Amino acid sequence: MSKPLKQIHLAAHFPGVNNTTVWSDPAAGSHIEFRSFVEFAQIAERAKFDFLFLAEGLRLREQGGKIYDLDVVGRPDTFTVLTALAAVTERLGLTGTINSTFNEPYEVARQFASLDHLSDGRAAWNVVTSWDAFTGENFRRGGFLPQEERYSRAKEFLATAHELFDSWRGDEIVADRESGAFLAGAKAGAFEHRGQHFDIQGQFNVPRSPQGRPVIFQAGDSEEGREFAASNADAIFSRYATLKEGQAFYADVKGRLARYGRAHDQLLILPAATFVLGDTEAEAQDAAREVRRLQVSGATAIKHLEFVWNRDLSSYDPDGPLPDVDPDPGEHTVAKGRAQVRMYRDPLAIAREWREKAEANNWSIRDLVIETGNRQSFVGTPETVATEINDLVQGDASDGFILVPHITPGGLAPFADKVVPLLQERGVFRTEYEGTTLRDHLGLHHPDADLGAERVAS
Amino acid sequence: MSTTPPLHLAVALDGTGWHPASWRTPAARPNDLLTAGYWRDLIAEAERGLLDFVTVEDGLGLQSSLLLDPDDRTDQVRGRLDAVLIAARVAPLTRHIGIVPTVVTTHTEPFHLSKALATLDYVSSGRAGLRVQISARPNEAAHFGRRTVERLPDGDYNTPAGQATVSGLFDEAADYVEAVRRLWDSWEDDAEIRDVATGRFIDRDKLHYIDFEGEHFSVKGPSITPRPPQGQPLVTALGHASVPYRLIARSADVGYVTPHDVDQARAVVAEIRQEQAAAGRADDTLHVFGDLVVFVDDEPGAARTRLERLDALAGEAYTSDARIFTGTPAELADLLQELQAGGLTGFRLRPGSVAEDLPAITRGLVPELQRRGAFRTAYEADTLRGHLGLPRPASRYATASA
Repeated sequence: MSKPLKQIHLAAHFPGVNNTTVWSDPAAGSHIEFRSFVEFAQIAERAKFDFLFLAEGLRLREQGGKIYDLDVVGRPDTFTVLTALAAVTERLGLTGTINSTFNEPYEVARQFASLDHLSDGRAAWNVVTSWDAFTGENFRRGGFLPQEERYSRAKEFLATAHELFDSWRGDEIVADRESGAFLAGAKAGAFEHRGQHFDIQGQFNVPRSPQGRPVIFQAGDSEEGREFAASNADAIFSRYATLKEGQAFYADVKGRLARYGRAHDQLLILPAATFVLGDTEAEAQDAAREVRRLQVSGATAIKHLEFVWNRDLSSYDPDGPLPDVDPDPGEHTVAKGRAQVRMYRDPLAIAREWREKAEANNWSIRDLVIETGNRQSFVGTPETVATEINDLVQGDASDGFILVPHITPGGLAPFADKVVPLLQERGVFRTEYEGTTLRDHLGLHHPDADLGAERVAS
Repeated sequence: MSTTPPLHLAVALDGTGWHPASWRTPAARPNDLLTAGYWRDLIAEAERGLLDFVTVEDGLGLQSSLLLDPDDRTDQVRGRLDAVLIAARVAPLTRHIGIVPTVVTTHTEPFHLSKALATLDYVSSGRAGLRVQISARPNEAAHFGRRTVERLPDGDYNTPAGQATVSGLFDEAADYVEAVRRLWDSWEDDAEIRDVATGRFIDRDKLHYIDFEGEHFSVKGPSITPRPPQGQPLVTALGHASVPYRLIARSADVGYVTPHDVDQARAVVAEIRQEQAAAGRADDTLHVFGDLVVFVDDEPGAARTRLERLDALAGEAYTSDARIFTGTPAELADLLQELQAGGLTGFRLRPGSVAEDLPAITRGLVPELQRRGAFRTAYEADTLRGHLGLPRPASRYATASA
């Protein structure tokens, strides 16, 4: 027997402050004016996407002690812009990345519950952690959190937020003009949480929102992050958009669900993905190569090399060979506010490997950064891209993709207009929204569904 | 004809209205308070009346009839949405009216709030403001668990002992506003250059660390959000005594005060103007608005009857920090003009019952004031600062880097 076809989930990530965003393209619009967000969201909704996604960064990046100026700089406040987008869309889910380090549960819970009310049930929270004192300099708390406590605070933060969301059950407001009872009881929203990170009690002041709780996303990839996702999250924003890596990740995380008594379809794996389309395969490949060159200017290449070298390399020629000096293997001091720096765990080995590659291929610094950098996830004609995406989903490498175009805000339109109809023809992507909430789009149970029928009846 | 300048008018929105029994009037919509449509309808009505702005009340705990503690009452509206997000949800659906949510400074982050208000300014194309508010409630401090607030002696803000207790919270609020304002200025207007030739998206010399250091917090900056359309969104605050008057004089663009007659108005305005001069802001435009709770009806006596009916439902007479007005639109216009003579530049009206008194303001009071030449007949500006005659300020950092 063949399995029934899986339905693909698609999301649109507003282009951000990484060098994937090609701001120099003449078609590139504002990254901050609201009309860009409106255009982007409406393209996604027109194409029946599941949701829009916003990342977070709470301190402008620096390199060599100066604000990094080669990529897009600046972004709006996540809650405010998502809630404003609820006014100009009707069904599109609204996912915000909000960290658990420089916020407090009471405030974040009331913001997500408010967003869920004001969007009629379309809110989602990508829970991330911050650890660095660099970002902490913008906040009351400062850089107080040891790295190893990131997940313990994140877990307790989320658990506390759930206690707040659940402190109202949805039947408290009676508003009976005759009897004069507005509330059914005086203790609406009562909560008490005594924990390592949070010791709080009182009454939550936002009544139960349409989805009960926002949809929860998790993005970490470590062992702890995977376990956190398997126990707590509704979806994972992952890094593995290829077949083999995707399948391994998918099997690993889904395999952890049973331990928490959770069903296989109640945690979605949604990798980040980029794309370049062309009328022919060759045209798409050429365009993709050109985009990669635009993403990595000579100046950008030098800066990226500094992520590994942990030294000022500004005197090197990006069109010349790699530096003969070795990386500084000490604590990274050159690039601040960049998570990717932490992925280069053995800079000396990486430098050795890169030098060998550059020599073998006769690559300049810029060539090397372009060639070793991320290639677009999907390059091809609409037909081949649709096939590739569908194969990945049906092959259990993912449940769909979070697409980030390289042009703000119009870069999503070619995918929406050319690839989505092909997926719809194949019966693997919705042609109309079937429900109204983001949980409906993602096939996730309402949190109260697990409490049994008496809740539904009340 | 008198040559008094036209009045500015705002409306303070809170649930179904400021009278605690207002949710029980037949026209009230108590079941809609958590919906976007409710707030859209109210703010659209205020915009129809050409008002300068609306404020939206908020708090970090359940509403209470008691000053400092939860009251465990079930006969009044309880539960609300975040006011900044209500403002954001309605901003794209309106075109002219200013939207001013309430924000508690005591338990929140100036960095987050600064970018939230800057973003509200973007999504409203320059119509954002905020009302800063302190929280001296022990129960709200327990919602955060980060600090304790000293319990007010006698449970009163306005006694000398009470003022001494809250003065620390007000000083922190002034620090908060200072940090927020510096963050709004931390990007110069022309910082984004998109210079393809050099590959630079910004001119980083036009971004500035704010290096704010205060007793309660420090903030490095710069903001992650570029300078908002108004440069500086509106900052407003309510005060009833010298300590908050000082906050208004030092930090605000609009202060709300609660005089009950023209002599009190004159005295309050004089105190604020003196503090304003002492703060070195004598040349800045600082509006002082009178707050009034209003019950308005075309038919003489009807507003008073309505208030009495609400009082009967509530089981007690309504009291307020602000003067409570009942009467016709013409009588209210008379009162506003009388109080204006004390130096007030506008009013923030708190509708006793939103369902009745908001339309009475927009469709009764406003035409009456227009007939007297005392209120605009069309919006003349696109931004909230513009409605209030406030210039768009240059970034405080702009000259430093020239």
